[in-house]
Amino acid sequence: MEDSRRERDGAEGGAGQADSAPWLCRFLGPAESMVAGVVVRLCGYSAILFVFAILFFVLREAAPMLFGGMDLVEFISSPDWRPSSEVRPQYGILALLVGTLSVTGLAMALAVPLGLGAAVYISEFCTGKVKETLKIVIELLAAIPSVVWGFISYMVLAPLIVDLTGAPVGVNLLNGGAVLALMSVPIIVSVGEDALKAVPDSYREAALSLGASRWEVVYRVLFPAAKNGLLAAVLLGVGRAIGETMAVLMATGHAVQIPRGLLDPICTLTATIAAELGETVYGGPHYRMLFVIGLVLFTITFFVNLIADIVVKGIRNGQRA
Amino acid sequence: MEAHIRFHNLTVRYGAKPALRDISLEIPRRRILGIIGPANAGKTTLLKCINRTIDFVPSASVGGRVEVDGQDVFRIRNVYRLRRRIGMVFPLPVGLPLSVYENVAYAPRRAGVRDRAELDELVEKCLRQAMLWDEVKDRLDLLGTKLSGGQQQRLTLARALSHRPEILCLDEFSIAIDPVTTMKIEDILRELKNEMTIVLVTNLVQQARRLADRTAFVSDSRLIEVDETETIFTRPANRLTERYVNGDFG
Amino acid sequence: MASEPETPAAAAANQFAATPLEQWKIVKETIAKTVFLAMTLVLVAPLVGILAILLVKAWPALSLAFVLENPKHYMTQGGIWAPLVGTFFLVLGSLLAAAPVGVLAGVYLNEYARDNWFTRIINLAVVNLAGVPSIVHALFGVGAFVLAANMGRSLMAACCTLAVMTLPVIITSTREALASVPMSFREACWNLGATRWQTIRTIVLPNSISGILTGVILQVSRAAGETAPILFTGAVFFVPVADHGWESFFPYGPGDRCMALSMHLFTLVTQVSGVSDETQYGTAVVLIGLVLVVNSLSIGLRGYLRSQKRW
Repeated sequence: MEDSRRERDGAEGGAGQADSAPWLCRFLGPAESMVAGVVVRLCGYSAILFVFAILFFVLREAAPMLFGGMDLVEFISSPDWRPSSEVRPQYGILALLVGTLSVTGLAMALAVPLGLGAAVYISEFCTGKVKETLKIVIELLAAIPSVVWGFISYMVLAPLIVDLTGAPVGVNLLNGGAVLALMSVPIIVSVGEDALKAVPDSYREAALSLGASRWEVVYRVLFPAAKNGLLAAVLLGVGRAIGETMAVLMATGHAVQIPRGLLDPICTLTATIAAELGETVYGGPHYRMLFVIGLVLFTITFFVNLIADIVVKGIRNGQRA
Repeated sequence: MEAHIRFHNLTVRYGAKPALRDISLEIPRRRILGIIGPANAGKTTLLKCINRTIDFVPSASVGGRVEVDGQDVFRIRNVYRLRRRIGMVFPLPVGLPLSVYENVAYAPRRAGVRDRAELDELVEKCLRQAMLWDEVKDRLDLLGTKLSGGQQQRLTLARALSHRPEILCLDEFSIAIDPVTTMKIEDILRELKNEMTIVLVTNLVQQARRLADRTAFVSDSRLIEVDETETIFTRPANRLTERYVNGDFG
Repeated sequence: MASEPETPAAAAANQFAATPLEQWKIVKETIAKTVFLAMTLVLVAPLVGILAILLVKAWPALSLAFVLENPKHYMTQGGIWAPLVGTFFLVLGSLLAAAPVGVLAGVYLNEYARDNWFTRIINLAVVNLAGVPSIVHALFGVGAFVLAANMGRSLMAACCTLAVMTLPVIITSTREALASVPMSFREACWNLGATRWQTIRTIVLPNSISGILTGVILQVSRAAGETAPILFTGAVFFVPVADHGWESFFPYGPGDRCMALSMHLFTLVTQVSGVSDETQYGTAVVLIGLVLVVNSLSIGLRGYLRSQKRW
């Protein structure tokens, strides 16, 4: 915690101060500082508070199902998600989990090479105006709202996929993967570029002066030196892709099944919550199960981000040393 | 001679690394004390203890006492008042990103001076003392950061004088400025000696010889020797001191 | 081996002639560069292409009336006034809640926090808060604001949910802006007897405020585009608002539900049948335009600031 002995902002309210100051000001400075210090600290702690609050409130809504009434084996192992069945509602998230993983995997397969390639190009092969422009374009790509991506996939990409592949529906795994790839590329590019920028110029100069070509510098010097940062970039991209909701909801067709091919419609964890929460009864088992899925999502992204953070911290410390 | 500042067995560590070991030293009132010694000897840390800005170094731990006018600074509750009694000038000139006028008026304003006429008078006086007034009197609105390096260092000096300190600490003030400005500031210091105690940390041995009444030699975080400047330079008690002032190591 | 006598010039030129290995190296470099360029273009092209398609398809619908009219006839006709107003109030409300807390939290992390385990936990919390999926934020909003805080589904609950979501990015950008103010300024102030807060108020904040603003503006665009967090906390399918006169600008109380542009687009596409393509594309283009304009503002401001260095 803070070392409060040595530095107490203004705790010492004007014990006899500079001669000519009006008496109120003698107190105002330190008192204001003390109040401000307290407020600023509280705001600083709020981040922790909110993370716990999210966990607490989602858990609170999920608890009755989570700690009773839920068949954990079925939950994990069954591909059947039939929450509104009259006969016997089934709550298996296997299909949803596979849906999330497959669409994330496909998105990463497209986005990682492209994103890292673009990061290398922007960081190493271009300069000046071109570089600035490309960075701005990538930034704008990141700014497009997810519902717009969903719209694009639904209205533009889906007909295109039907025309090109002859698939019965255009909203499917392929569509979702493509859109998710475009959505997670900006974060991969910007974090990846930061990682490459963090490699000291002296490495590049040393390699170039030894007669290495730019490509060799990238391949033999930059990739090894920046590998942690690049890994973090990929992980952050994964985190973003797993958590993405609206675009995936609109792009993947929302069919609860384990996909057999690229052209099968699927359903993800996030999309299930978004699509079904509005139709459930407050407090009912279906409603609570959606909060359980929320917990699962929270846990997954928590660990992905945690690992990414540890990896990033790793490079920072490495640089300092 | 009455001691103004007194160090009692002062020990400072940065983490596990000792920065000052068992320093005991008296600084007489209205004199110039020169502190010389090789880089990393702990000279700057010594100054940071006097006005307790050592508090802002997270890893520092302090043992022993520093007394200003007989009062232990580490027990003073109103540390801001302590800092206002002490002017500090650091190696690199720092013009705050405020106008020249506001740079000098910064400390008085924080201390609660609101009266415009009083501020005007104070600013002019400090800038004159720092021999900067003639150069900037027509452009007091200029950003302090836009002045030249030498001007900024004198601005820093004017700022340090703006709260009418009893003690003025200078840490290698001439490192980033030209010889002419250095000479100007040295002249100023000779004047100021009549009003305040001056602690002059310097890596220029000859500067200490020119200015200081007494000189302390610090090396490897220990105080090796302190005496009248003449004695230090002509008949030092310690071999190390002799070698240092003669330029044999450092 | 032929031993033709070489002219001096030719000999000099030959010194730099590439061996086959080096030639292969040059070729490889060219290939690499082209491949990387192609990868970048693959990313840039869709953006340009998609924007073009959207604009062309939306063109017939775009008019001032489209923006200023309420949706009509089960949303198959009319404009987007009500959702636009709703989005405005959602963004405004969430910003009012998130900006002060976020900026001060950034101040705490950059100016007050020491380098210890507690600070590391806060940093970790910020990172994780940023990574929480938006739909989980929605669940949190339902659990905390709609139910526990008893706000019901309302503008207020939606704003609070959005605020929690935007908080981490405001914190991070504030911290970066503050970190760009040199340490020496702070030290100079401390030496003059200023308290930590006085230093922050007089020197640090005035010199980083524009950087902080850039981050906050960026958050505006993010909040405007979000759909999932407001889906179950306050945004609804259809609430018309007055589309002329004074009332059109203050149509809601904090307890009312509202429409939002992002959700409107979602419902137009997936829930309502019989909506003309132009209306759908028009809505998308307005949303995208809104976001891009705000973003460009922020980028422009940043560029301007770089040119206005004060030290």
